[in-house]
Amino acid sequence: MTHARGGSPAYTTFPDGSRASFGGDEYIFVELDEAMSIAAALRAQSITVRITDLELPGVLDIAPANSSYLIRVDPEAIDPRRALTTIADVHAAGQTAAATISTEILDVPVLYDDPWSTEVCMRFRDGHQSATETDLQFTARINGFVSVDELVEAHSSAPFIVTFPCFKPGNAESYQLVPRERQIQAPKYLTPRTETPARAVAHGGAFTVIYPSSGVGGYQLLGRSAIPVVDLSQTTREFRRSPVLTPISTLLQFRPVDRAEYDEVRRLVDADQYAVRRAPVEFSLSDFDEDPVGYARSLKELLS
Amino acid sequence: MISVLAPGPHTTIQDSGRPGYYAMGLPPSGALDQYAHACANVLVGNAESAATLEATAAGPTLGFDQDVLVAVTGADVDVTIDGRPVETWAAHLIRASQQLTVGLARAGARAYLAVRGGIDCPLFLGSRSTYTAAAVGGLSGRPLVAGDTLRVGHEIAAPARPGARIDSRLRGRTGGEVTVRVVPGLCNYRFAAESMERFFGGTYTMTARADRIGCRLDGPSLTYVERDQPFGAGDDPSNVVDLGYPVGSIQVPSGVEPICLLRDAVTGGGYATLGTVISADLDLLAQARAPDTVRFEPVSIDDALAARAASRSRLREVRTNLNLLSLF
Repeated sequence: MTHARGGSPAYTTFPDGSRASFGGDEYIFVELDEAMSIAAALRAQSITVRITDLELPGVLDIAPANSSYLIRVDPEAIDPRRALTTIADVHAAGQTAAATISTEILDVPVLYDDPWSTEVCMRFRDGHQSATETDLQFTARINGFVSVDELVEAHSSAPFIVTFPCFKPGNAESYQLVPRERQIQAPKYLTPRTETPARAVAHGGAFTVIYPSSGVGGYQLLGRSAIPVVDLSQTTREFRRSPVLTPISTLLQFRPVDRAEYDEVRRLVDADQYAVRRAPVEFSLSDFDEDPVGYARSLKELLS
Repeated sequence: MISVLAPGPHTTIQDSGRPGYYAMGLPPSGALDQYAHACANVLVGNAESAATLEATAAGPTLGFDQDVLVAVTGADVDVTIDGRPVETWAAHLIRASQQLTVGLARAGARAYLAVRGGIDCPLFLGSRSTYTAAAVGGLSGRPLVAGDTLRVGHEIAAPARPGARIDSRLRGRTGGEVTVRVVPGLCNYRFAAESMERFFGGTYTMTARADRIGCRLDGPSLTYVERDQPFGAGDDPSNVVDLGYPVGSIQVPSGVEPICLLRDAVTGGGYATLGTVISADLDLLAQARAPDTVRFEPVSIDDALAARAASRSRLREVRTNLNLLSLF
């Protein structure tokens, strides 16, 4: 491998076509694909798992993203040029993705079209593509659904997989397990909101997130999760193992609930008596590719 | 105990940072000017892990109820003890019942105040650094307010040397006209080649929109290579499929006003990044303020590592000089 001198981009192309470069003296950035796909996301996840397994001293962070990943090193403990060579070897050795990814599927009860999201989104129409519709109505219309109910049905018909935990702790971009032509897409706000309800379920680009806490946001608001996704104090039952509910690879099955069920779940969460419904999954991309609808249904059934 | 009599506009507890949680969406945080922070600790004989106060633009007024050694480094500020001016980049013994004020920065943006033993507060994931966006670290994850009390810790590594000072040759830079070195890469391929020449040949001005998350710069605008945007990237030519942002990475939303990310930045997003400021030069950006000028110089990874080694050796020289001082 050669590293270009200053002035020209110092890219290294791996045998599998991935493009790598240094981020200053502490970071290595590897882009597997410029486009989003479940295959690219799973490849980023399995390659970073393999790099993690090497237990290289001096590697401070291994952070997979949607179709790329970032590694942070301590150059006093490992020369980043050497780390890049090691990473290149991982790409050369391991063909595409692992056959399966061991993960979990979680049930996420959602009050779609909730009063809080409606109230907040209508206050921010100035920075929005539509002056009159709610985010949910706008997202339904531009995706060709005749009603909000159809969008809700599509959003909860198949699980999403977490492909990029980012932005702030607990937030996780997740991508739906449906073929590309059925992906729901929505632009982000023209000007981001300065306010978003905590636990808002929202969609931007081809990704759904659950906002961990209130604050700024630019995704279209679809509803509100009854369950929290972060507890940095780790004092509540769901967060003893990890301060975040949805680490990378987690499958999320959004489930529409009515106001009564939403309130009941909220009551139990507040009393720390709510157990998130979850089931282990060996996710197989080839099984998904063979029969996306049937495979999504079988995943959903793991929670029943 | 230290009482916060006046907090200053934005004063937080910071240490060297909280690495290891990028995959959880948690940035490393820590002192923006790592060199000034480390020098403040060295002056009072602290361990590297000790926390200091990072004051932006103007500093706090603090009351002490115990004798303690203090040092202020970083921005060019007036420091007074009971109204009497004292030198920065030097260790001073402060007596119980005395007050210390860190004034307005004349040059530079951030001052660091170390007390012998370090500022104590609960560790969060191994660090005391305040990260206000997630309300963690420091004092309940927020900047200091009047009425706060700070505890002094026990993170001591060297003998106390009241009167010790860092030679002016070894003090950090405080803004003005700075050149920061950048390793090109990341999504550099998205930018038109002539745009990159404009970026590295141009002069940028720091804007007032600068905080611990990042700083915006005003100067030549940039253009992107035309393409059909890939699935999931978004329509704007500056958009890419969301990816990780290194600390120091530079993004140019819609081609105008480059943003350089600092240590409290979000860990990822969907703007094309053209390269990364090297770790040694992030300290220069931390001290730049409007209307200081910034020029960017492309360097290779080899040059970046050499610069890092030079920066470490400078800090070693500070330690050596102070150790020699204690022998005489």
